[in-house]
Amino acid sequence: MIALSQVSRIFAVGDQQVAALRDIDLNIAAGDYVSIMGPSGSGKSTLLNLIGLLDRPSSGTYRLDGGNVTDLTDEQQARARSEKVGFVFQAFHLVPRLTAAMNIELPLILAGIPAAERKARVAQLLDNYGLADRADHRPDQLSGGQRQRVAIARATSMHPAVLLADEPTGNLDQATGKEVMNLLEQLVAQQVALIVVTHDPAIGGRATRQVRMVDGQIISDTRGSSS
Amino acid sequence: MKLPDILLFASGSLRGSRTRTLLMMLAMSIGVAAVVVLTGLGEGARRYVINQFSSLGTNLVIVLPGRTETAGLGPGMLLGQIPRELSLDDAQALLRSRAIGRIAPLTVGSSEISQGALNREVVVLGSTAELLEIRHMSLGQGQFLPAGDVHSSESVCVLGAKIKRELFGQQQAIGARVRLGDRRFRVIGVMASQGESMGFNTDDLVIIPVASAHMLFNTSGLFRILVEAKSRDAIQRAVSDAEQILFQRHNGERDVTVITQDAVLATFDRILRALTLAVGGIAAISLAVAGILIMNVMLIAVSQRVKEIGLLKALGAPAAQIRNLFFAEAILLSGIGSVAGLVLGEIGTRVIAQIYPSLPVAAPWWAVLAAFGTALGTGILFSVWPARRAARLDPVMALARS
Ligand SMILES: Nc1ncnc2c1ncn2[C@@H]1O[C@H](COP(=O)(O)OP(=O)(O)OP(=O)(O)O)[C@@H](O)[C@H]1O
Ligand SMILES: [Mg+2]
Repeated sequence: MIALSQVSRIFAVGDQQVAALRDIDLNIAAGDYVSIMGPSGSGKSTLLNLIGLLDRPSSGTYRLDGGNVTDLTDEQQARARSEKVGFVFQAFHLVPRLTAAMNIELPLILAGIPAAERKARVAQLLDNYGLADRADHRPDQLSGGQRQRVAIARATSMHPAVLLADEPTGNLDQATGKEVMNLLEQLVAQQVALIVVTHDPAIGGRATRQVRMVDGQIISDTRGSSS
Repeated sequence: MKLPDILLFASGSLRGSRTRTLLMMLAMSIGVAAVVVLTGLGEGARRYVINQFSSLGTNLVIVLPGRTETAGLGPGMLLGQIPRELSLDDAQALLRSRAIGRIAPLTVGSSEISQGALNREVVVLGSTAELLEIRHMSLGQGQFLPAGDVHSSESVCVLGAKIKRELFGQQQAIGARVRLGDRRFRVIGVMASQGESMGFNTDDLVIIPVASAHMLFNTSGLFRILVEAKSRDAIQRAVSDAEQILFQRHNGERDVTVITQDAVLATFDRILRALTLAVGGIAAISLAVAGILIMNVMLIAVSQRVKEIGLLKALGAPAAQIRNLFFAEAILLSGIGSVAGLVLGEIGTRVIAQIYPSLPVAAPWWAVLAAFGTALGTGILFSVWPARRAARLDPVMALARS
C-alpha cells in the first residue's frame, strides 16, 4: 500500500539545512495499524504529511497503492489525496460556519459527487458515528469528542485507503480519547491503513505496529500490541 | 466540484462575514448607482436641449450678419460683432432660391410699453406673418401679424401672454391700443402662453411688423433671418443658395454667416455627450475604488481563512478549485452589488425625474451596461491576486497555524 524507500526531507531555513527526515524506508500494508512515536521535532508530522501527499520528499521514492507518487504535480497530488487519503488532526479543523453534516459532506462536494449520493453517504456517516441528532449543529455547539467524531466521519467519507491521524487525542480527555481511538480502530477491520502519531504511550501501545523516530530516522519498528 | 456547489460554498462564506459583505456590496452599488444617475442626468440634459431645439422649428437655417470662420457656434456669433447689416431686401431676395420655402426677418430691440397708467420695459420683436409658423409659435387669441408687404409699417402688435396679463389683467386686449416708444399700436393678437423655450420667452415679448420696428428703433438692419428649407434634404442647398445670393447682393463680400440648426444641434449634442461621458467616467472611478476595496477585503479574508484553505487542500481541493471559490465570492459580491446599484440608480433617476419633470433623465443603455460590466470586471480583476494567493498557500503551513 505505502512504500517509502530512502526518503529524505530537508528544509532550508535561511542558509541552514534542516533534515527533518533522513533515509526513511517504510512499508505499510492495507489493514496495518501503525503508531508513530518519538520526541518533539523528530519528524513525525513531516512523515505523515509526506505520506498524505501534502508534501514531497527531497529525495527517495514514494509508491502509494502501486503507483509512483514521488513527483506528482499539485493537481495530481490533490486528486490522489481526495481519493486515497483521509486526515484527522489534533485541532479538529472543522469549518466553523458549517454544520456537522456540511463538514462531513465537504470532501464529497470537493470531489464533485452528485448531491443525492452525498446526502445518503452523510446520513449514513452521521448515523455510524452517533451524530444523527447533531447534524445541524455548528462546531462551536459540539463537545471536543463530538468534533473529533465529525472529523473522523469527514476523513472517511471518501472511503480512503489510508487514514492519517496526527495526535487525534491531543485535545481530548482520556476517556474521550479512548472512544475516538475505538472509532478509528474500527476502520482497520475494513482494510484501511491507519497511521497514528502520538505522544501518549497508552495510545501508541494500542497499535499492532509501533514505529519510533528520533532525529528524522526510524530507530525501531516493532509488531505486536503491547497492551 | 460542481458550479452550483461552488456558488453555494462561496455564498456561505460571504454570509459567514455578514458586515464585511454588506459593506463591500454597498460600496459596489454606490459606484454603479452613481454611474447610472450621473449619466442619466447628462443624457437628460442632452435630450432636453435637443427637444428645445426642435421646438424652435424644423429645417431651420439661420442667416446672421457678420462672418465667423466656423459654421457652428463661433465666437463672433456669441460676441455679436457689428458688421455690415442685413437688409429687408436681402431677406426678400432669399426667396429666389428654390430650396427655400419661407423666411422671417427678425429685428430686436427694447422699448417701454404703456397702457393707461401701466408701463414697463419689453423686448420688441419685429418680424413678419411667417414667423408664427417657422418658429412653431402658437397664438392665444386674435390674429398674428398681417401678411403682405414687408415694407408696410402698420401700427399693430401681438402681445406675449405675460405682457397681456400685466397690462390688461382679465380685460379684453384685442382692439385696445398700447403705446410703444412714441407710437400707438393696436393690439390684434395675444400669444398662447408657452413658457421658456431656448433664446426667447415668447410670454414676455411684443411682436410688431418688421418695418414698424425699424421705424421705432430708427434702424434698417436685421438681427437674423430665419429661413425654412423646403425639406430636410434641401437644407444644404438652402445654405449654399443663401450664401450665394447674399454674396452677389453684397458686392462679392462674404460678410454673413449661415448656420443650420442641425449644425448647432450637433455641436450641443457633441458637447453634452462628452459631458455625459466625463461624468460617467468620474463615477466609474468610484467603481475602481470599490474594486480595490474588494481586493483589500479579499486579501484579509485569505489571511483570516488560511486554516480553512489548508483544510480544503488537505481534503483534496486542487489549487484551481480554491481559486475558483475565491473568484466565485468576488463575482457574487460584485454581481449582487451591481444589481443593487442598478436598482438604486433607477430609484435615484426616478426621484430626479419627479423633482425636475421637464428633464428627461434616463441613463443610456450603454452606460448601464458599462457600469455593470465595470463593476463585475473590477470585482473579478481585483480578486485575481487574492485568489492566486489563496491557491498557492502551502497546506502544511496553513494547517500548522493556530
Ligand atoms: N516548514 C518547515 N521549515 C523548516 N523546518 C521545518 C519545517 N517543518 C518542520 N521543520 C523541522 O523539521 C523537524 C521535524 O518537524 P516535525 O514537525 O515533523 O516534528 P514532530 O515530530 O511532528 O514534532 P512534534 O511532536 O512537536 O509535533 C523539526 O526540527 C522542525 O523544526
Ligand atoms: Mg508534529
